Amino acid sequence: MTLDVAWAVDWVRRSAQTVTEHRQELIELDRQIGDGDHGENLFRGFSAVVAKLDALPAEPADIGEVLRLVATTLMSTVGGAAGPLYGTAYLRAAKATGVTQLDSHGVVALLEAALEGIVARGKATTGEKTMVDAWTPATEAAVTAADGGASPAEVLAAAADAAHEGAEATIPLVATKGRASYLGERSAGHLDPGARSTELILRAAAQAAA
Amino acid sequence: MAAVKKLINDPQTVVAESLDGFGAAHPDVVAIHRDPWFVTRAGGTSAGKVGLVSGGGSGHEPLHGGFVGVGMLDAAVPGAMFTSPTPDQIAPALQAADAGAGVLAIVKNYTGDVLNFEMAAEVADDVDVRTVVVNDDVAVEDSLYTAGRRGVAGTVAVEKIAGAAAERGDDLDAVVAVAEKVIANVRSMGVALTACTVPHAGKPSFDLPDDEIEIGIGIHGEPGRRRIPLASADEITELLLTPVADDLGLTGGEKVLLFVNGMGGTPASELYVVYRQARALLEGRGVEVSRSLVGNYVTSLEMQGASVTVLRLDDELTALWDAPVHTTALRW
Repeated sequence: MTLDVAWAVDWVRRSAQTVTEHRQELIELDRQIGDGDHGENLFRGFSAVVAKLDALPAEPADIGEVLRLVATTLMSTVGGAAGPLYGTAYLRAAKATGVTQLDSHGVVALLEAALEGIVARGKATTGEKTMVDAWTPATEAAVTAADGGASPAEVLAAAADAAHEGAEATIPLVATKGRASYLGERSAGHLDPGARSTELILRAAAQAAA
Repeated sequence: MAAVKKLINDPQTVVAESLDGFGAAHPDVVAIHRDPWFVTRAGGTSAGKVGLVSGGGSGHEPLHGGFVGVGMLDAAVPGAMFTSPTPDQIAPALQAADAGAGVLAIVKNYTGDVLNFEMAAEVADDVDVRTVVVNDDVAVEDSLYTAGRRGVAGTVAVEKIAGAAAERGDDLDAVVAVAEKVIANVRSMGVALTACTVPHAGKPSFDLPDDEIEIGIGIHGEPGRRRIPLASADEITELLLTPVADDLGLTGGEKVLLFVNGMGGTPASELYVVYRQARALLEGRGVEVSRSLVGNYVTSLEMQGASVTVLRLDDELTALWDAPVHTTALRW
């Protein structure tokens, strides 16, 4: 079983839907330890992505083309730190997926490229209370699942589960990157909004593959 | 709390309408580019001159558009209110400012600004872009455990002095070196007496009781070191000046630029009260205040408050500060 362009399009639409549903939650998480615009910015960005998808004259030629559309749109509409971070993630993922079909190892390559992009852009490592704390365990779980012979859908489900655990594990952390770092010890006790949005987006990928 | 009164038509169009007015009022100095939005010099960058580009969220006017003009910036990129501009805005501004000698991007140290300028430089890969990050705010501890000091009012000094270096014909390496030298020698600290209201939010961005002030704010009124009861101007000035002077290691005998900046809602008369005491404190340390700037240059909308910036000067920086400048907000 493999994933195709229709899966990629469905993933993007489901991402927009989940970001819309969780918009207020993400705003509230960000208000506690950041500047309160994460939910609004992602909502604006993914709404623009869907509008562009709807306006396409024909279905994109390959999966990378879908992800490239997401990347360029998020970069030009989101602003703040999330725009460049997610934009780079999708851009790197697009470069790794210039194909029409993804097997389990192709899914791993997509996730690894996205994580590499986020780390290259934000220069964060695990334990700093950022989206890296969700992306890293998600990618590791995907590798393990794929090596164990899991299907692409199972690989994505494992990644989403691990992202959830990684996001929850940011709660006790003290932020050392991003605007939350200005709060120092006061940032502990809050779920990182970027880790939470990562979990939502990876869950959307798994649901689109299910 | 009652809604704050503002002279706006629609919160969503404030930035665009303000830029329209700015361009219409000063066509001899600036040109406004739409879709995407950025500001350039009316005459463009002179051939062979290093271009200077800065940008950031709107709401800090006259920063940065007010500093576009001869002797200072070649282009400025305004984001949404308090939100960094996007790479698709910044990249064409970098390209517009390039007259063959490369471009210096002057970025305030906020994660969003840094990341968006970084991406824009990658997009505009036909331009030789070098970036300096201004981080003059001593209120934030610069350590492994934070995103680093924020860039605040000291940015004006970086833009003025690097702009003068570019105008006299320095090459890109030399302009970068001058900008880095300013950054290494400039420090700031601010205070908020009131919060400010972002138009689309409609209510103040934080609650500050009538009898309290926030020491060590960034330029959006975000929290700083601590909240204290309202004190006299002289006492507050000392709270701002002392960490700045200490951080610079001023021990006497130095010459400095003293810059007292208003946050938008504080009258000039009060800024001069602050200036007077800051100058006295510096002179008490044996420091000579050889240049001064007082006014609203890096603001947080209508916030009441001020920041104190000190730049340690040498002969080169003094000469570059004194060099002619012709922008809408700064000219001599």
